[in-house]
Amino acid sequence: MAKYYQPEIETASREQILAWQNERLVKQVKHVWENVPYYRKKMEEKGVTPDDIKGVADLHKLPFLTKDDLREAYPYGLLGKLLSECVRIQSTSGTTGKRVVAFYTQHDVDLWEDCCARAIVAAGGTNEDVCQVSYGYGLFTGGPGLNGGSHKVGCLTLPMSSGNTDRQLQFMTDLGATIICCTPSYAAYLAESIHERSLQDQIKLKAGIFGAEAWSEEMRRDIEQKLNIKAYDIYGLTETSGPGVSFECEEQTGMHINEDHFIAEIIDPKTGEVLPEGEKGELVFTAITKEAFPLLRYRTRDICVLSRKPCSCGRTHVKMSKPMGRSDDMLIVKGVNVFPSQIETVLLEQGYPANYQIIVDRVNHSDTLEVMVEMTPENFSDTLGKITEMEKQLVAALKTMLGIYAKVKLVAPKTIARSEGKAVRIIDKRKI
Amino acid sequence: MSVHQISVFLENRAGQLAEITGVLAEHNIDLRAISIAETADYGVLRMIVDDAARATNILLEKEYILSMTPVVAVAVPDVPGGLAPVLATLAEGNIDIEYMYSLFTHVDGKAYMVFRIGEEEKFKSLLASHGLKTAEAEDLGIK
Repeated sequence: MAKYYQPEIETASREQILAWQNERLVKQVKHVWENVPYYRKKMEEKGVTPDDIKGVADLHKLPFLTKDDLREAYPYGLLGKLLSECVRIQSTSGTTGKRVVAFYTQHDVDLWEDCCARAIVAAGGTNEDVCQVSYGYGLFTGGPGLNGGSHKVGCLTLPMSSGNTDRQLQFMTDLGATIICCTPSYAAYLAESIHERSLQDQIKLKAGIFGAEAWSEEMRRDIEQKLNIKAYDIYGLTETSGPGVSFECEEQTGMHINEDHFIAEIIDPKTGEVLPEGEKGELVFTAITKEAFPLLRYRTRDICVLSRKPCSCGRTHVKMSKPMGRSDDMLIVKGVNVFPSQIETVLLEQGYPANYQIIVDRVNHSDTLEVMVEMTPENFSDTLGKITEMEKQLVAALKTMLGIYAKVKLVAPKTIARSEGKAVRIIDKRKI
Repeated sequence: MSVHQISVFLENRAGQLAEITGVLAEHNIDLRAISIAETADYGVLRMIVDDAARATNILLEKEYILSMTPVVAVAVPDVPGGLAPVLATLAEGNIDIEYMYSLFTHVDGKAYMVFRIGEEEKFKSLLASHGLKTAEAEDLGIK
């Protein structure tokens, strides 16, 4: 059984990896300078030209890109290729105000699928496997990414997409799926459904590749035990292609970043200073092989730690910890990015005060989102039906904005907790 | 003068009702009727009190969310079947009741029901045509 998808790359010496990174970074900066006026302007403002970037050691001279830049440049401002050379877009999940659209050339899709294939092989995947991809297909990167990786490995691929648990379990049992790719919360849900229906004996799964949301070690053990599999984490974001930027190996002590495609830095989110290895800070990615959407120094807002300690799996690429938090106020709920500002926008549009509280919890391994809103004299009515009707409209408007269901809880004025005069907007009760 | 109901927004948590009735007690406001409509998370408390304007000011000062709603009070004989003719009238006129509840007040063997009706005028004239009486605030000894 092959242990690596691309052994010469995945186990290359550190010198070799650095040599690739140096060469590709120099080339990528030139590509961006010549083809992405938005970033070129940023470089000019910082007084940097491609001549200043001779290798990874000069990376810190380049300006950062943030989600705000992506929004400002929407849709084509960061495009590095002609549209006629692009073959695909993917987009972040259901977030109207902050949608990110990423472009891919065929070459980009190929490399992305390679990354996903590495993750599948690291989880023990071979062409003998039946790989059930239960991430959403469509604009979301999860389904298409793992689907492509599964093809490259040669697995029999079941493009299930998300939802419809009955059908998921039918295919899983009838076709003997051995690998499942989905969000960890859906995996936990599937595990419970399997137990409820006493299907354990008919399940042939050996591994699961779970990403797109935060999950704890406790949840991992629970899923592993219930499904009798080994559960692997996978990380990525639409801005940098999708899942497969990094992935876990059998050691399960962090995710190997595909350093031949991405240079990772950890910075102090306040000052932007690059931090030494081993320190906790914000993860920044520079995509050095992407053509259509070549983001340099993209701030992920994910807080984590990098480690170059040799790994028992033989891979030499740097490992990142699970994200430990965010340097902005973005929440990831059910794999969907939620910004408090989006909720605020909806509340104001619907005539509610901007005084609210967001409560995120995890019940039976599934995220729940609740928005506490204060009742106002204008929205109040002596008739309960009118209040519940308004509540329904608010729930619908939140669903449209966020792409997920949020429970609305109407409360009396001044009941939303304030600390030092400032309202506490987010309460995240999930133990991750 | 017609009868005014005070409607107050209530969260479903222990002690909410005790708080509000406590405030009213403190100011010597007399409750004449009380009714609650609720969902899992919140409710609407509806009250008829002896002095609606004063009670409203006190509750507003305490920052309760409330509204004043005119309602129709109807005197019904406090005997079995007393309410039936009133409801028959509503059915006959094809008039919807939004909600109804009873007053504590009894005068001369009559009980009083409070109705919240969209088509109030139609309701009143139908009642009159059937010889049924609506009660005004002064009939109930309130203002």
